[in-house]
Amino acid sequence: MISNLVLKGKAIKLGDNISTDDIVPGRFTHLRSNLPELAKHVMEDAMPEFASRVKALSAAGESKAILVAGKNLGLGSSREHAPVVIKMSGVGAILAKSAARIFFRNAINQGIPVLLCDTDKIGNGDELEINLTGGMIANLTSGITLSCSKMPPIMSAILKEGGLIPYIQKHKSFKL
Amino acid sequence: MSKTLAEKILSLKSHGEAKAGDVVIVDVDWAFVQDSTGPLTIRQFKESGFEALAKPQQTIIFLDHAAPSPAQQLSNDHILLRRFAEETGCRIYEVGDGICHQLVAEQFANPGDVILGSDSHTVTAGALGAFATGMGSSDVAVALALGKTWFRVPESFLIELNGVFPRGVYAKDLVLYLIGQIGADGANYKALEYSGEALAQMLMPQRLTIANMAVEAGAKVGLFPGDKITQDFLVGHRRGDNYQPLYPDAEANYEQVISLNLDRLEPMLSLPHTVDNVHPVTQVKGVKIQQAFIGTCTNGRLEDLAVAAEILKGRKRHPSIRLLIAPASRQVLIQAIKKGYIQNLIEAGAIILPPGCAACLGLHQGVLGDGEVCLSTANRNFKGRMGNPEAMIYLASPATAVASAIRGEITDPREFT
Repeated sequence: MISNLVLKGKAIKLGDNISTDDIVPGRFTHLRSNLPELAKHVMEDAMPEFASRVKALSAAGESKAILVAGKNLGLGSSREHAPVVIKMSGVGAILAKSAARIFFRNAINQGIPVLLCDTDKIGNGDELEINLTGGMIANLTSGITLSCSKMPPIMSAILKEGGLIPYIQKHKSFKL
Repeated sequence: MSKTLAEKILSLKSHGEAKAGDVVIVDVDWAFVQDSTGPLTIRQFKESGFEALAKPQQTIIFLDHAAPSPAQQLSNDHILLRRFAEETGCRIYEVGDGICHQLVAEQFANPGDVILGSDSHTVTAGALGAFATGMGSSDVAVALALGKTWFRVPESFLIELNGVFPRGVYAKDLVLYLIGQIGADGANYKALEYSGEALAQMLMPQRLTIANMAVEAGAKVGLFPGDKITQDFLVGHRRGDNYQPLYPDAEANYEQVISLNLDRLEPMLSLPHTVDNVHPVTQVKGVKIQQAFIGTCTNGRLEDLAVAAEILKGRKRHPSIRLLIAPASRQVLIQAIKKGYIQNLIEAGAIILPPGCAACLGLHQGVLGDGEVCLSTANRNFKGRMGNPEAMIYLASPATAVASAIRGEITDPREFT
């Protein structure tokens, strides 16, 4: 269950077309049954310092690392390991201009908020305040407020329960 | 209400009226996992407290990605998957049987079926008119237990195909060109629906190649209508009774219409590191390659090996090239042996890999070295895809791949066809 509907954090900015091979490269497939080991390689090819930056931000206290990407985030494979390792690294939310459909659904199923907005208005290191219920993002660094596109109610319900597995454990089936 | 093919199938399977934008709960006919995403799916299934499968005979495990396994961890994942099959009574296909999408096409998919796979190229079965799509482990785990999933009904793009392929131009060139036009996210969340006069000449292997890459434009499905070719394929694969002529209504509402004339196509390539970075082969000729790879769920079928064997007959690969061939299934391999293709290929200097995903995803059987270039018939050329972020992958048809393997550099296949 996601209880905190307002999330504060700092942006870690990535570019367009970050593929699931960037997030969790196929050469580490042998580690997929050892998620803590797999998570050490998160985003290794796209941004080698990603894991240490997320860790540094998370250690700072209330603030969380927010992954901010360009268009078509998570294109490629259906591997749910991609949002799993992003979550394990300590990222609190994902923002992107657009997200590939399987990745988007997988991230929500893992209980990670994914919000689609104009991420050009967010700079690396910007301080953000995300209102999950209203779908609004306040960029505290620039003073700009961004609105996000809405997701179908069933996805909001899954996210609210903390992911698809907790949702199904509670409801036993899909509720429209 | 006039319906697209996507709306028609989702209406049937949700037992109601499904129109683009609606969210519906549908019956799942086939659900499958493969060995790189299956272990997480099974753990999610057990974590949810599920014990039994909703439809054991319509649940399939494929051991195709690490086939045979190159690492002890992956061998242990295979043990986990085999145990799950024993416990639940689902179907399992072993190492060496072939790629999940090829086996689904050969043995299971029917027009109007809903097929979920924990693999993004599940869209391949859209060639048979199945609403087949890739999903993550949690979604598939829940579908295994409930026999149902939810979908947002996609808007559709109509892809009108007219004309005939010129010499040296194939379905792969068409689909690469199309992705170059649409862009890697241009059809995100959408259905691609193929139509037009060209379909009458387009056999199932070509349709499978085209449907396979729908996801590379972001699409949820790539659907072909049911016709004589669909029916013949099903009859030839001992399930002719499952044929139904499903096609969109004439007045269906399409978000976009894209028309392509096959006559005007030429051999195409995707350049590193995105699939939509598409250029004609004539613009890229001469780039040195170290490896050529023919296979995968995109181009590992009998007809692909036939093209390769025909061009290589009496010729040899360039001495500096590794030419890897992975048939998409055991059936494909057996037929290729009977027809003499395998002998031609081996005599030309090719290495025959076991049926499976082989070098495609960077696990084994052809991992690239730093700075090396591979010309592959697969569907993805992302940085790091073939096991090394310092390597480059170009995507092309089997004809372009073998022509380039003969010369040692990217070569227009029309020089040999």
